[in-house]
Amino acid sequence: MLKINNLHASVEDKAILKGINLEVKPGEVHAIMGPNGSGKSTLSSVIAGKEEYEVTDGEIFFDEENIEELSAEERAHKGIFLSFQYPVEIPGVSVTNFIKTAINETRKAKGLPDMPANEMLKLIREKSELLEIDRKFLSRSLNQGFSGGEKKRNEIFQMAMLEPKLAILDETDSGLDIDALRIVASGVNKLKSKDNAVVLITHYQRLLDYIVPDFVHVLYNGRIVKSGGKELAHELEEKGYDWIKEEVNA
Amino acid sequence: MQYTNNTRQMDLKEKLVSSFMAFENRIDVDAPVHEIRNEAIKIFETNGFPTKKDEAWKYTSLNSVLKKDYSVFPKHENALEFSEVKSYMLHEMDTYKIIFIDGKYSSHLSQTTHDGFDVCLMSSALNNPKYRLVIENYFNKIAEKDGLTSLNTAFATEGAYIHIKKNKLVNKPIQILHFSTGSEEAVMLQPRNLIVVDENSHVQIIERHQSLTDNPVLTNSVTEIFANKRAIVDYYKLQNDNKHASLIDNTFANQKQESHVSVHTFSFGGKLVRNNLHFYQNGERIDSTLNGITIIGDKQHVDHNTLVHHIEPNCESHQDYKGIFADNSTGVFNGRVVVNKEAQKTNAFQSNNNILLSDKATINSKPQLEIFADDVKCSHGCTIGQLDESAMFYMRSRGIPEKEAKALLMYAFSNNVLESVKIPEIKTRITKIIAEKLGVNLGFDL
Repeated sequence: MLKINNLHASVEDKAILKGINLEVKPGEVHAIMGPNGSGKSTLSSVIAGKEEYEVTDGEIFFDEENIEELSAEERAHKGIFLSFQYPVEIPGVSVTNFIKTAINETRKAKGLPDMPANEMLKLIREKSELLEIDRKFLSRSLNQGFSGGEKKRNEIFQMAMLEPKLAILDETDSGLDIDALRIVASGVNKLKSKDNAVVLITHYQRLLDYIVPDFVHVLYNGRIVKSGGKELAHELEEKGYDWIKEEVNA
Repeated sequence: MQYTNNTRQMDLKEKLVSSFMAFENRIDVDAPVHEIRNEAIKIFETNGFPTKKDEAWKYTSLNSVLKKDYSVFPKHENALEFSEVKSYMLHEMDTYKIIFIDGKYSSHLSQTTHDGFDVCLMSSALNNPKYRLVIENYFNKIAEKDGLTSLNTAFATEGAYIHIKKNKLVNKPIQILHFSTGSEEAVMLQPRNLIVVDENSHVQIIERHQSLTDNPVLTNSVTEIFANKRAIVDYYKLQNDNKHASLIDNTFANQKQESHVSVHTFSFGGKLVRNNLHFYQNGERIDSTLNGITIIGDKQHVDHNTLVHHIEPNCESHQDYKGIFADNSTGVFNGRVVVNKEAQKTNAFQSNNNILLSDKATINSKPQLEIFADDVKCSHGCTIGQLDESAMFYMRSRGIPEKEAKALLMYAFSNNVLESVKIPEIKTRITKIIAEKLGVNLGFDL
């Protein structure tokens, strides 16, 4: 589904990703861990198509198509979803209107007509229940004045609405209390299928107790320096990242 | 070049002053307003048109619009069919209509009334003895005595006359519409409106100026609004004219105790638009609202010059102006708030937020607070920025294309001003115009 070859990327001439290789197949859950500043968020932004990042070398394939030239919205239309570490506040646009626009623009790109209003309402009801979201919440301005937990839950709600093939969750666990974490994780688990894939980007192992990864990768200094199964996450939790750094720098 | 401009301006001024004599021959010089007209032409002769040397006109030059050889009295009477102008009117709802074509009243298109209140013509109010008392009490009483307003006072013969008597709730909005047909090569219009709303009454008014051809039009409009005790006046100005039409709108509101007056100014079109909007609070517990959305591009210029004068205690004023400027367009916001020494417990709020969509667009924003009372709450804020890039990426990553994402952000930006519009049909109309301006079709109303 996602295949990244020797990816190099920089922002304002500063190299951040220095040769990433990663393959994600349908039905898989990958966790990318690593110390602060290792390039985790950059990797997710580059996959989602943020223009400030310049790909200087390597390729990203999605469903066997090189997506380098595609805009962020075109990548979204193909089924790539990024849950933001810091979701942006957009005063004046309600959660409902935002998600309606996102869904109908995606449909438009696929040559489909707008989703009928009753179908949309039904979908909104179903997915907001899945994430235990209060209906009143949906008429509020997008992310404005939301608590950290509400913002993240709203991200996963949007993911549930858009049903992407590939969901990249960037530090979705940060700012969540344990109850919110449980709701978000169970939402993600319910949405998982053999046809879609999830990439979890996280600093801590905590989220991985709830969403169990098939593969764990350690990103350090712009490269994936170690890959393994879920036990690697436990090892990192116990020993921290210093041993990895020592291994790499040795 | 400068010399040519000056002579041209001189020409128009002289033409106007000398036209006044010809004008006198056509009107009733014994009418009570004649004295006022005489006075006014003298003021115009002394002051002339404002130049950039005048502090209030520092960022707006009239040079380019004064260069044309305007005809002062349109020669032809022109008619228009409803189908030709329908799209410029709020036609989805029942309204009173006072419609002018090249400055002349069109009875064919209008719907006036004298049933319980007067929604009719300035010309009849100025000439009919029945209205003499109202004219004596209100006409030209709060209009500024500067060159442009005086020019209008000198020549004004036509416009809307609206007098809502005590305890009346006007059951439908009143539309004041001015169309120019372009039958003259260039025309200058001087519409004059008088709106008097007596105790406990409520009225909603919509005003629009629309040119139907590419021939230049310069409109120098004056509107006086008097809101008596506990009156409510909601006034909407829809400015979406073509690129050959310019408008100088001079609107003055005088409020008595506990009255509420709101003026919304939607500036989307025209070559040059200057809005002088001045409020005087003569009573306690008054509420004044001045809101505006400006969205322009190309080489358009829109200047908002507001004044709220707090004269007595316990009053409020709210000003909220949003501007979006593309291409080489220029905007000006000059918001003056004066709080007299006696006007304790005043709450005066002002905000002016702007988005510049191009490197070549400019906005000059100048809040001016003159506060002489010590127990007041006054705030003002001004922002100038670009569209938020992180919000753009966020929206695009959810599948909303760049153009739609931009439009959505701009809608959101101006949304709180739209929210205060009380007539849903106006809101729908404005939303549609904004969508057209931004070239998008969003499948919902904000």
